Parts: sequence; C-alpha cells; structure tokens
Amino acid sequence: MTEAESARTGAGADAQAVCARHGNNPAALLEILHDIQDEAGFVAEAVLPAIAGALNLSRAEVYGVVSFYHDYRRAPAGPVVVKLCRAEACQSMGALALIEAVCAARGIVLGGTSEDGVTIEPVYCLGNCALAPAAMVNGKLVGRADTERLDIAMREARS
Amino acid sequence: MTVVVYVPRDSAARSVGADAVAKAIAVQADARGVAVKIVRNGSRGMFWLEPLVEVETGTGRVAYGPVASGDVAALFDAGFLTGAAHALALGPTEEIPYLKNQERLTFARVGVIDPLDLASLSALGGLDGLKAALAMDGEAICAAITESGLRGRGGAGFPAGIKWKTVHDQPTGRKYICCNADEGDSGTFADRMIMEGDPFTLIEGMAIAGLAVGAEDGYVYIRSEYPDAIETMSAAADLMEQAGWLGADIGGSGRSFHLHIRRGAGAYICGEESSMLESLEGKRGTVRAKPPIPAIHGLFGKPTVVNNVLTLATVPVILAKGADYYKGFGMGRSRGTKPFQLAGNIRQGGLVEKAFGITLRQLVEEFGGGTASGRPFRAAQIGGPLGAYVNDAMLDIETDYENLAAAQAMLGHGGIVVFDDSVDMAAMARFAFEFCEIESCGKCTPCRIGAVRGKETVEKIQRGENVAANLELVGDLCETMRDGSLCAMGGLTPMPVLSAMRLFPEDFDPLHSKSGPLMAAE
Ligand SMILES: Cc1cc2nc3c(=O)[nH]c(=O)nc-3n(C[C@H](O)[C@H](O)[C@H](O)COP(=O)(O)O)c2cc1C
Ligand code: SF4
Ligand code: FES
Repeated sequence: MTEAESARTGAGADAQAVCARHGNNPAALLEILHDIQDEAGFVAEAVLPAIAGALNLSRAEVYGVVSFYHDYRRAPAGPVVVKLCRAEACQSMGALALIEAVCAARGIVLGGTSEDGVTIEPVYCLGNCALAPAAMVNGKLVGRADTERLDIAMREARS
Repeated sequence: MTVVVYVPRDSAARSVGADAVAKAIAVQADARGVAVKIVRNGSRGMFWLEPLVEVETGTGRVAYGPVASGDVAALFDAGFLTGAAHALALGPTEEIPYLKNQERLTFARVGVIDPLDLASLSALGGLDGLKAALAMDGEAICAAITESGLRGRGGAGFPAGIKWKTVHDQPTGRKYICCNADEGDSGTFADRMIMEGDPFTLIEGMAIAGLAVGAEDGYVYIRSEYPDAIETMSAAADLMEQAGWLGADIGGSGRSFHLHIRRGAGAYICGEESSMLESLEGKRGTVRAKPPIPAIHGLFGKPTVVNNVLTLATVPVILAKGADYYKGFGMGRSRGTKPFQLAGNIRQGGLVEKAFGITLRQLVEEFGGGTASGRPFRAAQIGGPLGAYVNDAMLDIETDYENLAAAQAMLGHGGIVVFDDSVDMAAMARFAFEFCEIESCGKCTPCRIGAVRGKETVEKIQRGENVAANLELVGDLCETMRDGSLCAMGGLTPMPVLSAMRLFPEDFDPLHSKSGPLMAAE
C-alpha cells in the first residue's frame, strides 16, 4: 500500500496492536483513539470494527465515543494544524479579528484546510489566557499571537 | 564557579520564547567560557515578564525580563551573571511587588524549583505533608482537612474534608481518587502551572487523599490541550515511584497508591465531575444524574473522591503546617488562600495567590495594573465561561464564595477575564449561548435546545428585531435553562447572559447604541 493510500484508509495505524498495548481495556478507549490518531493523523471509519472487536464493545459504542469528542478527526488534516483560541480571554485581545485575518489570508473558513496544507481550527482556551490571543501550532503553544508570529510558527512547523 | 540561571519551562513562558532564550544563554556561556547551569523551573506567574530569567547570586535570586534571545549577549556584557544592572533588570525576584504581596501556600514552590527535582522539593518542605499523613489514621486526615476549612477550588466550593469523610465511611473495597485537571475555563491556568511547575505536590496531595479514604488508585484526568502538563505529570509520577513515594509501599509504610495519567479529548463538559468519570471509563462524556453522588457511586461504580488540581495540591501544606495555619488565612467561610488568575485585556496578567477577602479591584488594578490596551476598564468575567460579568462598581466586592454569590456572581476556579470599553456585551452574551451549544453533552433539552434558541434570539436583538420582546424571551429561556438543566453547563449559562443584560443594557439596545444595529449576524 502506498503512503497516500494508507493515509486515506487510516490503515497506517494497526488498531489491534494499539488496543493490545492498552490491554484491550475498554476504559482506555480515549487513549487508544489518541494513539491511533497520533500515528495515522485521524481515526478512520475503517478501524472502528477492529477496535470494537478488540475491546468487546459494539461498533456503535466506539462510533459514539469518536463522534462525541472534538479531538478526534474523521479525515486527515493538513501537515500544519493551527488551533486558534476563540474563548473569552482571547476575544478580549482581538482573537476573533485575528482568526478572520488568518483564515482570509489562506482563503478558507475556520475548520478548513488551505491549498498549502494548513488546517485552521477553533479551540476554547489553551491555558495561556494572560498572553492572549493564544494559538497552538502542531502542538506548540504560541502566546501574544498575531499574523506575523503565527507565520513564523507555521514555517517552523514545516521545517 | 558555576552560576545557576533559571529559565522557565512553563508552556506559557515557552509560548513567548523561553526555549530560545535558554539556548542563547547556553551558547553565550560556552563562547565566553563561563560555567553556567541552566535550570528549567516553573513560571513565577508574572506572564507579562516572561521569559523571566533569574540568576542565583550570593544574595539570592535576581530577575531579568522579559528577555528575548536577542538580549542575551547584552545581558552577558552587562554582567547579569553577578546580578548587574541592565535595562531588563528587575532586582531580587522575591522583592517584585507582584510576588512579594502574595501569600503563596499552594504555589509556594512553583517557579522556585526544577519541577522534576525531588531533592530540591524536599529541601523546601516537599513530602512533609505525606510523611505526616503516614503517621495518622484516615479519619484523622479527613478531620484535619475539614478543620482547615479547605473548599473545592474547581468551582462549587464544597468542603473537601466532608467529601473525603463520605468516601472514607463507605465499606472498604475498591475506592478511587480522581483529580480533575480538565481546566476548561477561559481565563484559568493555575492547574496547568501546578502540573508543569510543581507536579510532585499534586501527586503528594493525591496520595494523602488515598491514605485518608482508603483508596489505592488515583487518576489524573488532564485535558489534551495541555501536552506539556501531561508530559511533566507522567515524568513526575515515574520519579515518585522510583523514589518509593508511589506504588506498592509508599514511604516504606506498607500502604500502596498507584497513579494513572489520562488524557481528555477536547470536551469542556468533561470537567463536570460525572462526565469526567464517564470519560475515564472510556465512554462518551455525558453527565450522570445525581444522586448517587460520586463519593458513593463514582468511577466504575466505586466510592470516589473527585477534586480539582488546586484542592489536592493544597492538601500537603495543610498536613505539613496544620489546619490552624491554613485556616488563619481568609475571611468568613472562605478559609485559606485562593489562586486568582488575571487574564485577558490586562497589563500584568498572571497568577495571584492571596487570602480570600482581597477585592476584585485590588486584583485588577493593583496587581493587574489595569487594561493592557490602556483603554478604560468596562467589564470582567469572573469564574469562567459560566460565571457572571461584573462592572466597575462591583470591583469593590471582597472575594469570598458567599459575597460573590450574593452579588449574583461566582468565584469558580478564580479566573478573572478583563475587557476594555471596546467590548460588545451583546456579543459576549451571544457567545455564552454559542459556547453552551458547542459544549453541551446533549442529555437534557433545556441546555441542548435552549442554547441554540438563546443564541438566535440574541442575534435578533443585535439586528434590532423586536428588541423588547426578544429580551423578554431571553430572560424566559434563561429561567428554563437555570431551573431545568441537569448540570451547571445549562444551569449556569444564564449567569453571563443575564449579568451582561442587567449591567450593560445599552449594549442590548441596538437602535440607540453608537454602532447602530448589526446588519447581519457574524
Ligand atoms: C460544565 C462544567 C465544567 C466543569 N469544569 C471543571 C474543571 O475543568 N475542573 C474542575 O476541577 N472542576 C470543574 N467543574 C466542577 C466539577 O464538576 C467538580 O465540582 C469539581 O471537580 C470538584 O472538585 P473540587 O471540590 O475540588 O472543586 C465543572 C463543572 C461543570 C458543571
Ligand atoms: S445541562 Fe447540558 S451539559 Fe449538563 S447534562 Fe444537560 S445537556 Fe448535558
Ligand atoms: S482563553 Fe484563550 S488561552 Fe485561555
């Protein structure tokens, strides 16, 4: 299977192995889904039956969990993921205008992925509310975010 | 002689360049042939000064900040390794008024030590609480916590000792300690600072709770938005285990306590305790009906203590210094200290731990230094997204749980988010509903439907449609949500909405406002 194919099906993650690593414990479902997403970039529909089988859950139960939590992606994101905080403290420092500017610069709406592979998502508080507006770029926290600082962080994320 | 230099590893400090500063210091020291030991401490909580670099001198630690990596060469030239003068010099760290005027009990070691160095922890009184607890029986520990007056720091302010006693009194068998580290409230970061800056103290508090109620397993539920906290807590748990302070035989006592770190998955509602328990069981984070309460029927159906990070991290100092010492701080029925978090449009944002009773004005003006923008203060939201907005006149409230409640507000987790006069309070009311819509667990109708209807109705008001009737409708909706919701998500969303409408009516009167009606909803 090519890399592109495995990315499409999400088969890059061996769901059974991940479940086994967590002792096939249904209470570890969130951790299992995180691990799968960390490996494959998203939680593919195709892996749900294997998880359900390993944990002795129904497919609906697994699906219910995947769909409940904001973290789990059902489709791959771009190689650069920018989470922009739009909670109150960041709003007080102009977060909404910043979000608009960042999206407009890439011609996408919040939640979308630009042609150059930047996914921009909302988030509600990153615990950096004294250095608002806050953002997270590929897991790295950015304080006092503005378009310039975000561009630098995105460049670093690619390199 | 090797000079010790502190550069925070706290993720907020890193978000404004602390890693680059640490690297620049190492490079410069190397190039100049001076021996420097860089310690990555937690943050002192003065975020406008981050990255805050401290140097250990013969007369104590001196601070420089905010330092950019480009400043480092000049700092070396000026002789900062001996505490010399420089434009960024702030003098002795502990003498900076923002810090000096605090009462740091829970945060005593945050920013002071390397968070993963057990030796420096012990040197500053760490583990004294656990050692004291090992010599007491469970009932006595619960009694000490009750006596101290410690109330839950996560929001509701329930007396911690009483909760513990309930779990203690359940028949022996499996019991759990669950630390709520979901910290979803906008304007809060104190839990994060503890986990990144002094994780041992939180773990110590959890072990003490385990001894108190007879639980041998603890879970820390940390939100996924805090990758650094998850990493530091995991590392700290491993170190505690290696040192024999966690595991099968804590401190050689023959008692056991095992710690498990769990990641959340981006759901605000999972901070609600029963939703968190569902999530810890690997399920959707839907809220459970109460009763039964978690203390009786909690994780996996077993008696469970659920406490906030700050509640548990405060336990060690109480055991180490005694209930009377802790109780000696505070006012009324709010005993001890509260870690306040100054956030949003504020010049000096950060962590202020003070005895209850300090006024909001002292916090916002004396500590916070007013707005960051320099424009006039207009509003502050206290206690997170479900907390009320206050106006300038209300800043004179002395902070304790009861005072805030009497003013139709709440202290919550202690977040204070400041807004200047450019804020549109109708937009904030609309956002409160929107947030509830996004984060509702969906279990009950008033919350699930009310949030959507509320948002739409505020949008109509913003557009100037039937304003009077729609304002009344919002009021009715709020009443339904308050009275008919299963949990405080739907039950308290009316708090920011109604306080905004009550205190800032002019913002809900689009035809008469300076900006005029909004032509379309955002
Ligand atoms: C919607 C909602 C979100 C909450 N979020 C948190 C949270 O992030 N952290 C927390 O400690 N408590 C949170 N709480 C409060 C918890 O339900 C619970 O009261 C608390 O964890 C108990 O610990 P304490 O007594 O030590 O405060 C939340 C409550 C609600 C209704
Ligand atoms: S009030 Fe909202 S969040 Fe709480 S149980 Fe009902 S639907 Fe769920
Ligand atoms: S509100 Fe944006 S980081 Fe907390």
